[in-house]
Amino acid sequence: MSECKRDNKELGRRSFLTKLSFWLGGISAGIVTIPVIGALLQPLIKRKKQVWRSVGKNNDFEVGKTVLVTFEDSDPDEWAKTISRTASWLRKDNENEYTAFAINCAHLGCPVRWEANSELFLCPCHGGVYYKDGSVASGPPPKPLTRYMVRLNKGNVEIMTQALPITTLKDG
Amino acid sequence: MKKRMLKIWDWLDDRTGVSALVVPLATHLVPPGAKWSYVFGSATLFCFMLQVVTGIGLSLLYQPSVETAYESLKYISNQAVLGSWLRGMHYFGASGMILLMGIHMIRVYLMAVYKFPREMQWITGIVLLLLTIVMGFTGQLLRWDDTGVWSAVVAAEQLGRIPLIGKSIAYFLIGGETIGGYTLSRFYAYHVFVVPALLFAFTAFHVYLVFRNGISEPPKRGRLLGKEDYRDWYEGMLKKEGVPFFPFAAWRDVVFGTVVILIITFLAIYKGAPELLGPPRPDSIYANPKPDWYLSWVFAIFALMPPKIESYVIAFGPLIILFLMFAVPFLSKRKERHPMRRPWAIIGVVFTVMVIIAFTVEGMRSPWSPKFDTKPLPADIVDNSSAEVVKGAQLFYDKGCLYCHKIGEYGGARGPDLTQIEYRLTSSEMVIRIVNGGGNMPAFGGSLSESELAALVAFLKAKKADK
Repeated sequence: MSECKRDNKELGRRSFLTKLSFWLGGISAGIVTIPVIGALLQPLIKRKKQVWRSVGKNNDFEVGKTVLVTFEDSDPDEWAKTISRTASWLRKDNENEYTAFAINCAHLGCPVRWEANSELFLCPCHGGVYYKDGSVASGPPPKPLTRYMVRLNKGNVEIMTQALPITTLKDG
Repeated sequence: MKKRMLKIWDWLDDRTGVSALVVPLATHLVPPGAKWSYVFGSATLFCFMLQVVTGIGLSLLYQPSVETAYESLKYISNQAVLGSWLRGMHYFGASGMILLMGIHMIRVYLMAVYKFPREMQWITGIVLLLLTIVMGFTGQLLRWDDTGVWSAVVAAEQLGRIPLIGKSIAYFLIGGETIGGYTLSRFYAYHVFVVPALLFAFTAFHVYLVFRNGISEPPKRGRLLGKEDYRDWYEGMLKKEGVPFFPFAAWRDVVFGTVVILIITFLAIYKGAPELLGPPRPDSIYANPKPDWYLSWVFAIFALMPPKIESYVIAFGPLIILFLMFAVPFLSKRKERHPMRRPWAIIGVVFTVMVIIAFTVEGMRSPWSPKFDTKPLPADIVDNSSAEVVKGAQLFYDKGCLYCHKIGEYGGARGPDLTQIEYRLTSSEMVIRIVNGGGNMPAFGGSLSESELAALVAFLKAKKADK
């Protein structure tokens, strides 16, 4: 009887210590993991507020011409300013109206070039071609070139920054 | 002296148990028929060790910040002591690893090694293949040159096609909503810490499985063994005719591994790693991002696929391929292992290899890319007896026709070769095609005047490229 009692006590003790080890180990691992997951998911958690960027004065641009303008991304970190720039193909449609296209091909994101003589945007990667209004002329792109919001503000032409345009399945 | 050294070693060995651990591993029995076709797995492992060592070397010199990464890599390539050798070995080591891994996989598949009891070896092998490709890709971005950075954009676009969460995954990959400082940090973490840790873990597990299940015997026609009798047969075979792995099988691994290392060294010294293509500029339109050779075939498929189905193929193709690869051990219920008795396995492998090679070659040629650097046509091709024809030739260049069409040896290959177009199309057919486009040709009706159109047609009728 005392033998049985001791065995039961031993089993209970072992079970308790096993549970204790697993729970405390799990809690420790969980606590350590939380800030790492925070760092891992930062791109999805900490979205940046988009801002207007000036790309030149209204008087600087010629009606009918498509030119390349560059601007700083929204809220770039100090140490990354040299890399945090984006370009846009900007066309002055008339004295007070502009169209701004992303340079990213809607197929797989490669930079497209404007060929003024052909009035076409051409992509070097997979042969995508767009007409001057950004619509697809030929090749693999599933949708037109992404556009930026443009406005005139006290004589300055401003483009609203935006996230890298990503073509999703429902676009294709 | 020798006796004292032996005594010291005996003491150390007794206290640490090194021999007790290593000797059984080194001398475990393997089938005597396992010969040269078996060396590719260990050769891949040799390359992996080379990558770790040369990677550590590079990390002593490379500066992973957006302002210094590119410049430090240029320094490594051009000024560091033996730096270009080091970088070259790391590049060709990656290429070698992928190539040898592919060959290893083919050998394993053809000899049905994925069948009982080695299914997990196949599965862990697939995981290792994926991790290796990810290493190759993340390494390309770490060059932090224009091609590398723009390649991250291309990769993000592919991930963006994943249903529902694609956009989030794309921004997760590049560390934010635009290319920036976090992009480099993230890829550096993937390439130097995260993926190598997984590679070490899965490699160790993969090799452990080899010890647990034994090295496979060369298959024999008609020898049908399954769950119920394979293990007993295998143990009996080893008892009767097995040989210790070291040195009777290991020597081939070492010989071939050494040859591989020497080839990589030779390539590193004489060919060198890919040229660095200017510092990264996400606002530049002159980048022409292309993957390294082992992903060229994917790039080619993107260019050649019908546009209507492409997004679905990008989204679901990899998942289907992955599923099928992981399912291989479970799809086959037959016990035959010899390739000659499994003709569909041979046909499948040959077909797949040919497809990948064909697309790789095409991907490296990139005939779908407009040839932006093409030069104007020389006078001997232009029939200069007529002012209109000369004007047409000039337009053919200025309007970019030459980017996509060849005349003689000049121009791109995106569209049909026009060297003999005057025999294939009438003038009115040419007009219709130029104005309306068709196939992969855009319509030029909106950007060409009537007189320009007439001049172009006159040129196409009168040129002298084929006379």
